[in-house]
Amino acid sequence: MTVGLLFDATRCIGCGACASACKEQNKLPGPVEDETSAYTWTTVQPKGDTFVRHLCMHCLVPTCASVCPVAALHKTPEGPVVYDSEKCMGCRYCMMACPFDVPKYQWDRAVPIIGKCIMCTSRVKQGQPTACAEACPAGATTFGSRADLIREAKDRIRQNPAGYVDHIYGLTEAGGTSVMMLANQPFEKLGLKAALPGEPPAMRTWQVLSNIPDFVAVWGVFLYGVHWITARREAVSAHQPPPRSPGTASTDDPHTGRRS
Amino acid sequence: MTTSAVLPAKKFRPGFWTFFFGLVTIPFCIVTVLRFYKGLGAVTHLSDKFPWGLWIGFDLLCGVGLAAGAFTLTAAVHLFNLKKFEPIVRPTILTGFLGYIFVITALMFDLGQPWRIWHAIVYWNPHSVMFEVAWCVMLYTTVLAVEFAPVVLERFGFHAPMRIIHGIITPLVIAGVLLSTLHQSSLGSLYLIVPSKLHPLWYSQLLPLFFFISAIGAGIGMVILESYMSKRAFGRHLEMDLLEPLARAMVVALGIYGMMRLQAIARNGAFSAITDFTYEGRMFLVEFVLGVLLPVALLSFRRLRTDPTWLVAGSFLAVLGFVVNRLNVSITGMEGAAGVRYVPSFPEIIISVGLVGIGMAAFALAVRYLNIFPEQAVHAEGRPEGG
Ligand code: SF4
Ligand code: SF4
Ligand code: SF4
Repeated sequence: MTVGLLFDATRCIGCGACASACKEQNKLPGPVEDETSAYTWTTVQPKGDTFVRHLCMHCLVPTCASVCPVAALHKTPEGPVVYDSEKCMGCRYCMMACPFDVPKYQWDRAVPIIGKCIMCTSRVKQGQPTACAEACPAGATTFGSRADLIREAKDRIRQNPAGYVDHIYGLTEAGGTSVMMLANQPFEKLGLKAALPGEPPAMRTWQVLSNIPDFVAVWGVFLYGVHWITARREAVSAHQPPPRSPGTASTDDPHTGRRS
Repeated sequence: MTTSAVLPAKKFRPGFWTFFFGLVTIPFCIVTVLRFYKGLGAVTHLSDKFPWGLWIGFDLLCGVGLAAGAFTLTAAVHLFNLKKFEPIVRPTILTGFLGYIFVITALMFDLGQPWRIWHAIVYWNPHSVMFEVAWCVMLYTTVLAVEFAPVVLERFGFHAPMRIIHGIITPLVIAGVLLSTLHQSSLGSLYLIVPSKLHPLWYSQLLPLFFFISAIGAGIGMVILESYMSKRAFGRHLEMDLLEPLARAMVVALGIYGMMRLQAIARNGAFSAITDFTYEGRMFLVEFVLGVLLPVALLSFRRLRTDPTWLVAGSFLAVLGFVVNRLNVSITGMEGAAGVRYVPSFPEIIISVGLVGIGMAAFALAVRYLNIFPEQAVHAEGRPEGG
């Protein structure tokens, strides 16, 4: 069973309890900032009269994990996408690649690591809800199995079609995510990345990477073949007196005979 | 049958550049200390919104691309048996090797925790293009070092290891070409992961191929430029009979590349960005006119190709356009999605310029103390053939 979070912007009152609970749970220094950072993994931003939460979406096929050269990020079977700061070498490719711009960097530190929501993975492993969901007084952030949350989201839209846009953000975005959102206005207006491709971006690179072994084999054989042919041609012509130009570069090259 | 043209006589004056890079050295050291003592935020204009800047865009992408002459020429000489290019193989391998050392050094600045660079050897993620890049850099730098080793070994008269290297030169060259092919294209693949971020003027599923072909073009351009600069510095001639066919190859590579780029832009329906003259459109024009259209147009004429001044000018444009292209992919094309403008900080520029300077100094030293250039070999063997 994979778990996830459902955030319903129509219910959020912008109290910020979720962001504070996150700070406490993950022992993040400093006050809650307006934008997410290495020290603020989730934050609530006002957009008109609506509030919207920003946090890692915990993609089903996480782009960040696919690009990390040292596998410091990975998706756990329970759902959270977690980070191992002991492996990370700070290349920041995960920040570049994440379609939701989630991973953040400790720019102020000489020994920096990446910071992003890890969906309270230790709590989730013990069957508890995340700290943010537990803290939410308005039922705007709820925790549960992804399948249940999707059912719940669809119910809410069906029961109140006028109150919601007919879209569950995160159902298909970038291949689907474990964190999903509902709102009463288009998501790009709430500052969320819209128009993301439905297939995980990782597929595009994997298409290229998975062909490398074949490519190396074919290209290697080709190059060796070219060498073999040219070397052979040279060996043959070395046995015959050169027809026209007697002083070609190949005949006075001292290395030639040895190599072929 | 060697046709060569004497360049307009210019005497090498070490004064200016020595002075310039000497001047850069002090701030370079200061920035280095600051960067490792205070972190990236203190010296760069990078941010959470714009995590990759000049050190990736110029140092990494261009450093590797401009080293592409090495595999192009070793393949031409050792695999395709185009022996006449042998005289410029050594300086080209040297450039390639220094280029990769440049890239690795730059990475040490850019990585958040450079002392963990070896992690790529032990923690594997074969799904990551960056993982591929890391391995290609490691392996190809080794290959270049071995390919260059004979030049150093002969200087000290170690002949046994030279014979071993000579015996494995074919597999070595093949490994080098394979690794370069992978590496040049994988730098393009790095950007396949950002279909929703990179501007459609540059995003394409063919990015790996674009990076590969344009690197061949720019790599050849570098070979020509480098011959010119070394010749100028040491008061010799340009081997026009070698460089003219290279320029032809460059025109072919750039021509194919240009056509494919236009096709990709058409497929993305992104021409409007050019005709609307947007920021991205203008930057694209700079890159494409300077780096593709002009060099192809100029060097298509035999008369211009055989004239050292035009040959060098065309190559310079191709290299410049290449650099603008890499900066466009890594910076211009990413700014829209990031919602910020990134202009490198002064310290970032200092580091890049300083590293280039160190590389050039290393090249000059190597040329002085090792047998890099053909004339020296020719004279040493006492052959009268004038270059
Ligand atoms: S939202 Fe970004 S950081 Fe979070 S799992 Fe997806 S790719 Fe990774
Ligand atoms: S910054 Fe760290 S976690 Fe992110 S991709 Fe690089 S090594 Fe992986
Ligand atoms: S705790 Fe709940 S209601 Fe309060 S800001 Fe967070 S999501 Fe909104």
